[in-house]
Amino acid sequence: MSSNDVLGRTEGGDLRLVGLTKRYGSFTAVDDLNLTVPQGSFFALLGASGCGKTTTLRMVSGLEEPTVGQIFLGDEDVTDRKPYRRPVNTVFQNYALFPHLDIYENVAFGLRRRGVRDVRKPVEEMLDLVELGHVAKRKPHQLSGGQQQRIALARALINQPQVLLLDEPLGALDLKLRRQMQIELKRIQLEVGLTFVHVTHDQEEAMTMADTIAVMNAGRIEQMGSPAQLYENPRTTFVANFLGQSNLIPGTVEGVTGGTATISAHGQRLTLDAARCPVSSGLVILGVRPEKVQIATCDAEVPSGHNKLTGGVVLDTSFIGVSTQYLVKLPSGEELSVFEQNTGRPIQRPGAEVTVFWDPGQGFGLEGGQDIEAGADVEEDAA
Amino acid sequence: MTAVVPTPAAEKPVEPPPKERRPRRNLTPWILLLPGLLWLVVFFLVPILTSVSASVQQGDYDDGFKLTWHWANYVDAVTKFGPQYLHSGLYSLLCTVLCLLLGYPVAYFIAFKGGRWKSLLMALVIVPSFTSFLIRTIAWKTILADNSPLVRLLGDLHVLKLTTALGWTVGDHVLASPAAVVCGMVYNFLPFTILPLYTSLEKIDPRLHEAGHDLYCNTFTTWRRITLPLSMPGVIGGTLLTFIPAVGDYINAQLLGNPNTGVVGQKIEDLFLRNTQGYPVGSAISVVMMVGTLVLVMSYIRKAGTEDLI
Repeated sequence: MSSNDVLGRTEGGDLRLVGLTKRYGSFTAVDDLNLTVPQGSFFALLGASGCGKTTTLRMVSGLEEPTVGQIFLGDEDVTDRKPYRRPVNTVFQNYALFPHLDIYENVAFGLRRRGVRDVRKPVEEMLDLVELGHVAKRKPHQLSGGQQQRIALARALINQPQVLLLDEPLGALDLKLRRQMQIELKRIQLEVGLTFVHVTHDQEEAMTMADTIAVMNAGRIEQMGSPAQLYENPRTTFVANFLGQSNLIPGTVEGVTGGTATISAHGQRLTLDAARCPVSSGLVILGVRPEKVQIATCDAEVPSGHNKLTGGVVLDTSFIGVSTQYLVKLPSGEELSVFEQNTGRPIQRPGAEVTVFWDPGQGFGLEGGQDIEAGADVEEDAA
Repeated sequence: MTAVVPTPAAEKPVEPPPKERRPRRNLTPWILLLPGLLWLVVFFLVPILTSVSASVQQGDYDDGFKLTWHWANYVDAVTKFGPQYLHSGLYSLLCTVLCLLLGYPVAYFIAFKGGRWKSLLMALVIVPSFTSFLIRTIAWKTILADNSPLVRLLGDLHVLKLTTALGWTVGDHVLASPAAVVCGMVYNFLPFTILPLYTSLEKIDPRLHEAGHDLYCNTFTTWRRITLPLSMPGVIGGTLLTFIPAVGDYINAQLLGNPNTGVVGQKIEDLFLRNTQGYPVGSAISVVMMVGTLVLVMSYIRKAGTEDLI
């Protein structure tokens, strides 16, 4: 590839959004977004419906004009370029395959529009990549949802865009097929080495595929990082609840000594890595993931140094094979989720008095005063 | 994820049921078809057969007509009315093309930009048809009258000089000219072009336009490569619905034309109602027109390859 070809593709083309804002009347869909997506990365924009993630994607593709802000591809400002003049292609949510063209012509479409003469080889290669060479002569409606999805991907990928945009590409597929396609997409991304920007409301999908996830909420990026960073160290209650489940316990920081923060919550003393505690005094929310919490009968030994909450009562027990999920009610009235892996330990029945405990190193701290429920229910709304 | 959405097309073929049952006979469809079939037999099949039979008869009103297999009627029908065939063909073709050129943008605009006004706009297209065909055509006499603003404007712009030189208008007049006939036809048949066009354009997912833009098509190429092929059923339907009635229309020629704009329909009317011996030749012309239109339409459909589109 030359350093600057017909479509203005440049080498070293990171996607940069600078102060990007989109307003519809008085509603702000995307609010002063600043973002850099490194070339060759698999980037996910994660959020509930209406958080502005699709609008962001459409501004990158050029189908929507930003109210304020700029979009850069490499050093090139593409903000004012028409969608058909951007080295960016989209895999649409409902695939938007051309119903009057067969699969071969659908895939060849972009190349033909750019005046490429010999399309046979690239089209065949692309169909092989998505393992659908045998359907070349069929019409889109003769394909299953999963196949159409892969053709939509092939149709976009064949143009070797600088950035490939995927708008909820797996949303219309059933769960099993979605899992399969997640792996497939990741494989293809590694194989072709292009930048993928993936919009989804499915946190599992984002975590499976993306190198970097940006969690969006109300037009802003709430937090950005690798899946592990976001999961282990969420910075807001929204992220803690939206990405997996969290037990969030409000408390007060008593003091910080030797890399350990001491927190009092409901009259019990809990500890936390000082490095993971954002405040050194005052209100704090202590969070711990359900699978890191252990459960034991109230008379059992708790390993020393562990955070311990006593006097809990099991409210609900669901055995789901690989694990057992408990809902434990604490004396303070709070409910705590506990996931215990099925290692043969006895199952606690509802009504049993239990003690819950966890390694303080596994907890995380959030700034106090936030809405503990933020982001907890949005996923259901979106799905 | 809570909801599992089923894929529209199942991956596995559905197994046939193990035991085959003989399908039950159902007479309801036939009973429901009966009134329509009867109607077609009485008002379509019988008249056509009568026409065909009359076209090879001889005689006059006083002595009656006899079936003599007088094929010479067809020789008359084909050879004696050249100008009328020419006019019918030319006017209806021109009318169809103009309707398409005028109707496509209208249908496109309503389908894609109409938004919540879609239904109202479509109603506006149809509403004029609530007035009688005859009255609407007569109204054009006023629009195209010599002292009408439109005709004066065309005269001032020297457009009439050009059209008169081309033989479409006569002197400074628009009325009683081929142009007036075509104007009336276009006006009367335009909704028949717009309706099928709108129906097929409206079905096109606007996201396909976005996909086109995304894949290097500007607005025109998107239309050329995506919208136009997908709206071909509407184009074919609309042009057929316009051409077929237009080719047989003679009201416009009668009311807006002059003695030199005669069309086949006028001649048939003349032979049927004002000529004591004209009945057989009139019928022969009718049969020629029907067969001719049928052949034209069939070859058009075949050429346009509609089986793939509809």
